[in-house]
Amino acid sequence: MSHHIVEVKDLYFTYHDGTPAIRGVSFRITHGESVAVVGANGAGKSTLLHHLNGSIVPKHGEVRIGDYPITKERLKEVRRTVGMVFQNPDDQLFMPRVFDDVAFGPLNYGLPSNEIEARVDKALAEVGALDLKNRSSTRLSAGEKRAVSIASVLAVSPDILVLDEPNSDLDPRARRRLIELLKTFKHTKIIATHDLDMVLDLCPRTIILAEGKVIADGNSLEIFNNEKLLKRSNLEKPLRMQECPDFGKQK
Amino acid sequence: MNIGSVRDDALYMDELSQKNSPIHRLDPRAKIIASVFFIFTVLSFNRYEIFALISFFAFPVFLLVSAELPVWYLMKKVIIISPVVILIAIFNPIFDREAIFVLAGTEISAGWVSFLSILIRFFLTAGSVLILLACTGFYEVCMALERMRVPPIFVMQLLFLYRYIFVLLDEGSRMVRAHALRSFSDKHMGMKTFGSMLGNLLLRTVDRAERINCAMLARGFAGSVTMHRRIKFRASDVLFVALWPVLFILMRKYNFSGLIGNLLLVIVK
Ligand SMILES: Nc1ncnc2c1ncn2[C@@H]1O[C@H](COP(=O)(O)OP(=O)(O)OP(=O)(O)O)[C@@H](O)[C@H]1O
Ligand SMILES: [Mg+2]
Repeated sequence: MSHHIVEVKDLYFTYHDGTPAIRGVSFRITHGESVAVVGANGAGKSTLLHHLNGSIVPKHGEVRIGDYPITKERLKEVRRTVGMVFQNPDDQLFMPRVFDDVAFGPLNYGLPSNEIEARVDKALAEVGALDLKNRSSTRLSAGEKRAVSIASVLAVSPDILVLDEPNSDLDPRARRRLIELLKTFKHTKIIATHDLDMVLDLCPRTIILAEGKVIADGNSLEIFNNEKLLKRSNLEKPLRMQECPDFGKQK
Repeated sequence: MNIGSVRDDALYMDELSQKNSPIHRLDPRAKIIASVFFIFTVLSFNRYEIFALISFFAFPVFLLVSAELPVWYLMKKVIIISPVVILIAIFNPIFDREAIFVLAGTEISAGWVSFLSILIRFFLTAGSVLILLACTGFYEVCMALERMRVPPIFVMQLLFLYRYIFVLLDEGSRMVRAHALRSFSDKHMGMKTFGSMLGNLLLRTVDRAERINCAMLARGFAGSVTMHRRIKFRASDVLFVALWPVLFILMRKYNFSGLIGNLLLVIVK
């Protein structure tokens, strides 16, 4: 299945105020791959991710989803294929009740109304938030909002999942559940994060961004062993890979 | 009144609408129809009417009691906006000085009567709208309007107006909190800070609105919001829309308060 391919070619993007956020990025992610995008604050991760469903139109270069470039005509199809979980869940939840938020996508894509309820329940159950169904979105905790945002994207069953710091508000158990959930998701995944331990669990491949450019792209383990590279992007070796003599002796 | 309390009010109203009373369980459409009927009947009285209006309090009182709504709280909300109406109505006694009846030896001018009439009507109509929202919920009202063939663009405007008010209030209360935490005094902020904060708030809200729009498009938004609810008109709804409007028409035609007053007089005699 070649249609879950994400390809970015020589991408440039500058914000209205003149901030050059992306400065020549290229990569190709094939079907079923799971890729982490890491980098310091302001490296351009969110900006890059926004290009992948056409939320941002590149200034130069192109983004191809499934071997075709994103065009205006394909936007609807692309957005159904690429499910995007935004960095700030407050932006993602705009409907009165959690139920309406999760049902929003399926309703827009014309799912018959007798299936809506089941679809919403399933998506909420997957993120362990079924009991929030009738709550008002404005009054959830940050982690609950996060879970619901993810459910609202899962509800349209996208082929490609793009997540921008999906676990930044989650407690350890919810974080673990998210990791397990994402593991079961067999399609293409692209995850921007600072949580390198999660990357070890989920993404065999890592792309490091710095100042809008790709400075490394390859096997996650190899990259995380390169301390110089990590330091350059304000990152630290995943805890699991750090040598800790004292604890080491006890084992 | 500060920004946080406005936000709390909006949330509290939302909470009230989640209760589960017989009134809450009515179909939103039934409540909307009855309320619209109520408002039009109340507004249709001539400007010097006072006594006939009194009987119309039956409707809001009935709703308040059977939906177990906090009477005093809602009343306060109506009172808060009443100065605007008073300001408009106060011109009546100034310009309309003709005496129309004598009460306990003093002449009462037509202006004062119409002033009072406007106030009563304001209380009735604003109160009933507030009660409708409190026992139905803003979104349910929107959704019912959509079902009642109100143009979708209008319903959507309402929906997003409400949503963005929350965004604005949220951003606003965050900024106020941030300011309070860093200003180390409980003095009010100066004009200059206030101005720049207001500008900042506007920018933030526009940004937020843009990002929310982005999120909506990302999930296939194509210009119309459909809400999925199973609402059904049941026997109790039919009863509600059948009885109340009929009662309103009767109260419009016959002065119930007058009748009851006369009846009491007869009994007393
Ligand atoms: N709306 C905007 N207008 C102007 N500049 C922006 C805007 N959003 C981001 N930027 C700038 O673009 C650059 C990249 O930002 P981006 O949000 O993509 O970073 P990021 O890698 O996601 O960072 P973080 O880890 O903090 O989320 C930054 O320099 C930022 O200041
Ligand atoms: Mg970001």
